[in-house]
Amino acid sequence: MASAPSPTLRRGLRVVGHGIREQPRWFALAVLGSSVYGVMTVATATVIGKVVREVVGPAITARHVSADQLWYAGLLLSAVTLVNIAGIVVRRIAAGITFNNLAALYRRRVTRQYLRLPLSWHHRHPSGQLLSNANADVEATWQVFQPLPMALGVIVMLTVATVQMFLVDPVLAAIGLLVFPMLFVANLAFQRRMSPLVTTSQQLRAEVSEVAHESFEAALIVKSMGREDHEGARFTHVTDRLKNANIEVGRTRGLFDPAIEGIPTLGTLAVLAVGTARVASGQLTAAEVVQIAYLFSLLSFPVRALGWVLAELPRTVVGWGRVDAVLQAKGVMQYGDRALVHDGASRVQADQASYSYDVSREDGTVTKTSPAVRSVNLDVLAGGTTALVGPTGSGKSTLASLVLRLIDPDSGLVRLDGVNLRDVVQGGVPEVGSLVAQQTFLFDDTVRGNVTLGAPASDDEVWHALRISQADGFVAALPQGLDTRVGERGASLSGGQRQRIALARAVIRNPQLLVLDDATSAVDPSVEQAILAGLRELGSSEVGNSADHSPGTTVLVVAYRMATIALADDVVYMENGRVVDHAPHQQLLERCTGYARLVTAYAREAAERAAVLADEDHLDATGAGA
Amino acid sequence: MSPATRSRPVPDATLIESSQQLSTWATLRRGLELSPELRKGIGVTVMLALISTLGRVVVPFVVQQTTDRGIMAASGPDIGLVLRLVLLAGCGVVLTAVTSYFVNVRLFRASESGLATLRIKAFRHIHDLSMLTQNTERRGSLVSRVTSDVDTISMFVQFGGLMLIVSLGQLTLATVLMVIYSPLLAAVVWLCFVPLFFLIRRFQGIVGRAFTQVRERVGELLGAVSESVVGAATIRAYGVEDRTATRIDTAIENHRRASVSAQIKAVAAFTSGQLVSGLTTAVIVVIGTVLAVHGQMTLGELLAFLFLVQLFTQPVQTATEILNEMQNAVAGWRRVIAVIDTPADVADPADQGQSLPRGPITVVFEGVGFAYPGGDPVLHEIDLRIAPRSRIAIVGATGSGKTTLAKLLTRLMDPTVGSVQIDGVDLRAVRFSSLRSRVVLVPQEGFLFDTTLLDNIRFGKPVATDDDVRLALTELGLDDWLAGLPQGLRTDVGQRGESLSAGERQLVALARAYLADPDLLVLDEATSAVDPATEVRVQRALDSLSRGRTSITIAHRLSTAEAADEVIVVDKGRIVERGPHRDLEGAGGVYAALHASWVAQQQGA
Repeated sequence: MASAPSPTLRRGLRVVGHGIREQPRWFALAVLGSSVYGVMTVATATVIGKVVREVVGPAITARHVSADQLWYAGLLLSAVTLVNIAGIVVRRIAAGITFNNLAALYRRRVTRQYLRLPLSWHHRHPSGQLLSNANADVEATWQVFQPLPMALGVIVMLTVATVQMFLVDPVLAAIGLLVFPMLFVANLAFQRRMSPLVTTSQQLRAEVSEVAHESFEAALIVKSMGREDHEGARFTHVTDRLKNANIEVGRTRGLFDPAIEGIPTLGTLAVLAVGTARVASGQLTAAEVVQIAYLFSLLSFPVRALGWVLAELPRTVVGWGRVDAVLQAKGVMQYGDRALVHDGASRVQADQASYSYDVSREDGTVTKTSPAVRSVNLDVLAGGTTALVGPTGSGKSTLASLVLRLIDPDSGLVRLDGVNLRDVVQGGVPEVGSLVAQQTFLFDDTVRGNVTLGAPASDDEVWHALRISQADGFVAALPQGLDTRVGERGASLSGGQRQRIALARAVIRNPQLLVLDDATSAVDPSVEQAILAGLRELGSSEVGNSADHSPGTTVLVVAYRMATIALADDVVYMENGRVVDHAPHQQLLERCTGYARLVTAYAREAAERAAVLADEDHLDATGAGA
Repeated sequence: MSPATRSRPVPDATLIESSQQLSTWATLRRGLELSPELRKGIGVTVMLALISTLGRVVVPFVVQQTTDRGIMAASGPDIGLVLRLVLLAGCGVVLTAVTSYFVNVRLFRASESGLATLRIKAFRHIHDLSMLTQNTERRGSLVSRVTSDVDTISMFVQFGGLMLIVSLGQLTLATVLMVIYSPLLAAVVWLCFVPLFFLIRRFQGIVGRAFTQVRERVGELLGAVSESVVGAATIRAYGVEDRTATRIDTAIENHRRASVSAQIKAVAAFTSGQLVSGLTTAVIVVIGTVLAVHGQMTLGELLAFLFLVQLFTQPVQTATEILNEMQNAVAGWRRVIAVIDTPADVADPADQGQSLPRGPITVVFEGVGFAYPGGDPVLHEIDLRIAPRSRIAIVGATGSGKTTLAKLLTRLMDPTVGSVQIDGVDLRAVRFSSLRSRVVLVPQEGFLFDTTLLDNIRFGKPVATDDDVRLALTELGLDDWLAGLPQGLRTDVGQRGESLSAGERQLVALARAYLADPDLLVLDEATSAVDPATEVRVQRALDSLSRGRTSITIAHRLSTAEAADEVIVVDKGRIVERGPHRDLEGAGGVYAALHASWVAQQQGA
């Protein structure tokens, strides 16, 4: 058997070292408890030997036993048991606390990292993967700390046992010296064979979960296109692979488990055979042989803890790899030290800004999509409403994300009131600008919490914001009004209701820059009209504005509807990631053909249809007349 | 689902029956029924397991015999006997190892096959459940029913189940041997363990409740963590990183506390077994000594008995841990069985159903009414006939019942009263294979799979070639858009299609339905995020190339209504008007009002 430690073992031990450094006290306590357990387990055999030698044997020979002797024997044995149990209890509890503390600590670190890393990083990583990093992978990494103290106790146990055996009889001890390393080697070999198998099975398990997750999320599409069997086949395929991998795991386990179990038993038998010979030749007493045989039988179960630790290591290594990748992720957004001025509506400028999305491919590499925004120059003057118009996929949402620094441009820069966004202090941009995204996100919180996001605000202010976003009506009808919990992602509300609460969240901040990214798509046209009218008044609204701040909000709105565009002072027209033109609506209509085609699409369609119908009518009329 | 029904509690009828508490025994029986592989060859496996137990028991027996009659023999150590016994025990060890290997392999093969079958059955059944039933459960919870729930069963079936049998065997054997040696001491051992049995039952309840708490905290933890991932954009836009961090920390801390507390309770429960074992040994030594002094046992017999006590206590400890594990496994099994045994109320008539020939399709609603379970009716007395080859627009305010109508039409739900028919046949009597090829719905949120554009578009028609897909996109007027994608049809759309914009995702979903080429296409706000020019172009393509197809469009944007052959106006769950746009426009009804507001929007009033 090769003796060089496998990479998994080495790396696993390094991770264990990390963990010990994080939780030294609890871990030390667990090992202490475990050492007590190790010593006491061996002591049990010793004490039984002692009791037999000093009490039971003589008593039987003398055909008499005193109450004192019985008390002595009973209490001695009980005491050993009690100390042993105390060790076990300390070991298990301290090991549990070590594990749970480590898991909590790394969950905090991983989620902090999620909050710190830029949005572009999030785009590259499937949310399912990030969830499992923070949950299953953290757990897999530190799970080894549950059996680890016991395994260390077992090493103490084996050491004490070896010493003990040497004290009793070097020849029998030699058997122990033969058996213990054999056990260790067998465990090591087992771990080596298992490690790749377990890793495969773990990956397949994750795959099964991913397929199931995606398939259930797509349930409506699967059903409406009648593809249930196809999905079933996809799931069966990956499930079968998991099944085969697990059977392979079982085969390996089936091979090693009985062997590892059998080795100490064979040791016991060897002790008996050799021991009998030594008793016969008068070198040992029968009681001593029994003591060592008993010792072996006591050890046979605990030594398997070594195997448990080794079996955990592959999971530890894989789990740590995934957790560490998150912790080591680079590209944290850098902030500067400049503050943004708070004196009314903001001016937004972009200078040659470009941005491409990252896409992570199946093989783990990251590629860029073609630029979503290309060398965009933009100057949106303070205080007005500007509509962002363009065909589907022309880069409007990306531009909206850039001006509020949800993402940084790959090249070029974006300025707010003349300040490069990269130079603004952390938290500076959200203080002046608010985005209402195309896809609404609500927290599992109350309506109030979702609107204020923890900022101090009076009920009146909250209601005012809800009123502007046309949400006051349905919120008032909710069972607990503002204090109604909206459920996970706002599940208890309809899409239109969620959008309106998200809008109120922006409105209540009285932002200097408000970016609406198709934020009313799930709202009825008439309600939308009311919202837009309310927003137009936002600039002149007094709520939340102190006297020394001149009121005003720059509104940037991604829009298709003429009504929305008509509210805008200015229109920015985008095509294929570029800003094609920027002017008031009427001018654009006259000089920009793409824009004209887009916004008059319905009208032209209606006109054409009217013409066709007129022709048909004409034909009908003439036909009837003929 | 309409907003009105979402907030309302859903009655049991559509729920996955997790509340239905099958007894442990019934659960195991039903579980075996669903995974026949588990039973296949189980006789041989159990026999092998018993043989391996026999081998395992032979060892302590030999140790004890060796001690008693070999080493401590009155006439001095009997080396011959010891060697013979040791050899016998050696054979036992080998026998155990070999049979254990086969037991393990057989058990893994049977259980993994059986549980794979169970997984697949549950997965397939979840897709067969009606949309309403699917929506009563979080997606994550459905996933856990085919993943972690099955895993807990496999752990029990592979280790626990067999170990339980082996442990019981060992327990019986140890008891028999103990009785042979000393009925009195055997009784003492049992007496010592009786309080433990009661204690364990109490502890199981306490520990079980503690772990239920932990599972609840895990749910909250996952919810909190997912907000930092799914809400990443919102959190950054509003600079609420710290607030979110605090929320997550609270959830993490609550989970940690619950876990530690559960673990402490579990430790208390399980070490009680070890405590009793240790104390029993002490009691046996004391009482045994008294018996030996009175000549009722030899020292050898007493020492041998101590080995037997070990043989007895070990399976007791194992069995108590396994019984606890079994509670988990049975709970997992119950959850999986609950899914499989939930009736699919909108079921495929399969072989009893009819297959209808392809071609122009006639749709008829006859006295149709619908109420979501436990809710008020949302559709009343709908009578409707939609002629083949027509273009229909359904309009109405939010919550008027349009989407419900679309879902009845595509048999995602069945009407509460009345019937929906195609070509004169009730939908409930049409085979799904036939229905789904003839009728396709495109919902507002068209889910995309994490694969290429190509595979997403041909999802409904996997045999389609690249050229078929390209042609479909060209016919829909989307060839320019395709040309703008660097990798064309090979472009990866990302998880849920998130590399594409919302409008682009809708276009892909539309192309997917278009390529599937149904006789009836139902578009439910399917182009709400698409720009007007593209929408008009796509809509026109759908109309002109309909090849005898009927299309039904639900949209806020009334441009589609203007182009439709017929407009159906829904208000408060009833059809209030119908007719061509031209007739309704000036009729002064609901449609006229809706249209006026639409026109005003177009002109930017």
